[in-house]
Amino acid sequence: MPLPQIVPIREIYVENRRVRTFVLDTALPEAQPGQFVMLWLPGVDEKPISIAYPSPLTLTVARVGPFSTALHRVREGERVGVRGPFGRGFHLQPDRPALLIGGGYGVAPLYFLAWHAVRQEIPTTVVMGARRANDLIYVDRFQALGVELVIATDDGSAGRQGTAVEAALEIARRDPPPVVYACGPEPMLVAVLHLCQKHGLPGQLSVERYMKCGFGICGQCSLDGMLVCLDGPVFSVEQLASLTEFGRFRRNPTGRRMPV
Amino acid sequence: MAVDLSVSLCGIRLPNPTVLASGILGLTHGVLVRVACSGAGAVTTKSVSLAPRDGYPNPVIVEWGGGLINAVGLSNPGVEVMVDEIRAAKEQLAPLGVPVIASIFADTIYDFGTIARYVSEARPDLIEVNISCPNIDDQYLRMFAADPYVSAQVTRRVKANTDIPVLVKLSPNVTDILRIAEAVVEAGADGITAVNSLGPGLILDIETARPVLSHGTGGVSGPALRPIAVRCVYDICRTVDVPVIATGGITTARDAVEMILVGATAVGIGSAVYYRGLEVFREVCQGIQEYMERHGYRRVEDFRGRALEMMGHR
Repeated sequence: MPLPQIVPIREIYVENRRVRTFVLDTALPEAQPGQFVMLWLPGVDEKPISIAYPSPLTLTVARVGPFSTALHRVREGERVGVRGPFGRGFHLQPDRPALLIGGGYGVAPLYFLAWHAVRQEIPTTVVMGARRANDLIYVDRFQALGVELVIATDDGSAGRQGTAVEAALEIARRDPPPVVYACGPEPMLVAVLHLCQKHGLPGQLSVERYMKCGFGICGQCSLDGMLVCLDGPVFSVEQLASLTEFGRFRRNPTGRRMPV
Repeated sequence: MAVDLSVSLCGIRLPNPTVLASGILGLTHGVLVRVACSGAGAVTTKSVSLAPRDGYPNPVIVEWGGGLINAVGLSNPGVEVMVDEIRAAKEQLAPLGVPVIASIFADTIYDFGTIARYVSEARPDLIEVNISCPNIDDQYLRMFAADPYVSAQVTRRVKANTDIPVLVKLSPNVTDILRIAEAVVEAGADGITAVNSLGPGLILDIETARPVLSHGTGGVSGPALRPIAVRCVYDICRTVDVPVIATGGITTARDAVEMILVGATAVGIGSAVYYRGLEVFREVCQGIQEYMERHGYRRVEDFRGRALEMMGHR
């Protein structure tokens, strides 16, 4: 899809003080879980956003910078631009249980994956982590899917106290061993990587980097020799373990390496 | 009969004539190495400036049906960082025999000399002087490459500040590209890269009546640019006697052969990475080889500039 498609926002849900969900008046039926779209606010900027649900296109966005702040001011009925879907998403392994680990707003794209897993009758456990109870999102949606849901908060105000990865440990040890699918902040992903390596579990992790073109020609989102927009954003544990930059460096808009 | 695809560009050997064009993927050594491993005969960095630049907000590149249009705004981390990237790329590409071309640009004629000196510390095999980005205006609100005198001055400053062979990248957006080519060669350019993107052009989103690119206008590249680029390379090669990297809309071996027929030594590939993926370098090389076998050519020189002869220029 070359030029952005302009579509109205049908509905907006306030998930918590930082996160809103935007339901767009369009559908991407061919999109795979883990893929992203480029969301354009004309006159502001355009950013990669993982797909939380494809039909209707649903995007969950935290307020982190100028673009998301502007997006949070958009009202129902106003129009935005969409290009995509882009990137390589998750590939569900049908013969193994699925262990989905999400941190913060990273749980949103995992909803799309969980929906597929349930439809394929894959036994699915979702472990979601957040700082405190107020930061949790998508709890009702996951419950409605009927997956096993484990909640962890840093302060213990909901679920068990600790990180999502700590809470996932016990499920990782189950027999048959699950396949791990994760999305969240990079320090969490590094912990997931170690979890997979320690327990010999296959894992697929969704990585975030600053993007410009979104379709593999500008090089902005490079992660060693990989392009997050084209080769990712979902990478295997083996791929990530072979990279020198994952968990250590990201790139700012100029392309300079910064600590993660 | 063995076909030899290697070419010599300003005394530098390229294992084949395909070159990753500047501005595409060339931000980090990791990706430059990957492109070289995908079959490119040389790789060019994104244009580097003295200070870091954020570039423009998104969208910065879109496909519009006949090609790409871009206004990235020459984002780069600055020469201090890029020197390390170029060094690392050189080190890793040495065993492959794939040269690294450092693309440089500056806001003033004087600074072109300074950036040339700095970037030379990384010892790139060639320096490409970007005086032709259609999205950045110089202090007189014109592109350097629009004026033969200014283009020559930039070339002289760069040459005075480096001992590395210098390619000057020209713009198609001029009435008389051969005058510019003559001026930069006279000023000491060792070679020419032709051409940068065309335009600027403008693509609107008609629903919102706004330009799609955040910068508004942008440089046009890809298939729409190709016939113009071929004519520019033809004009340059029949006028001056320096090696030329022909860039502009090449997506297939046929397009590459066409550029060599009008006199190009090497062919830059940029937008085609979008249309064909990184396999484009191997596919183009494969196709050039088949063309050479079909015509009984053993070396690329055997057919370089053949169209100039046919058109009565040699």
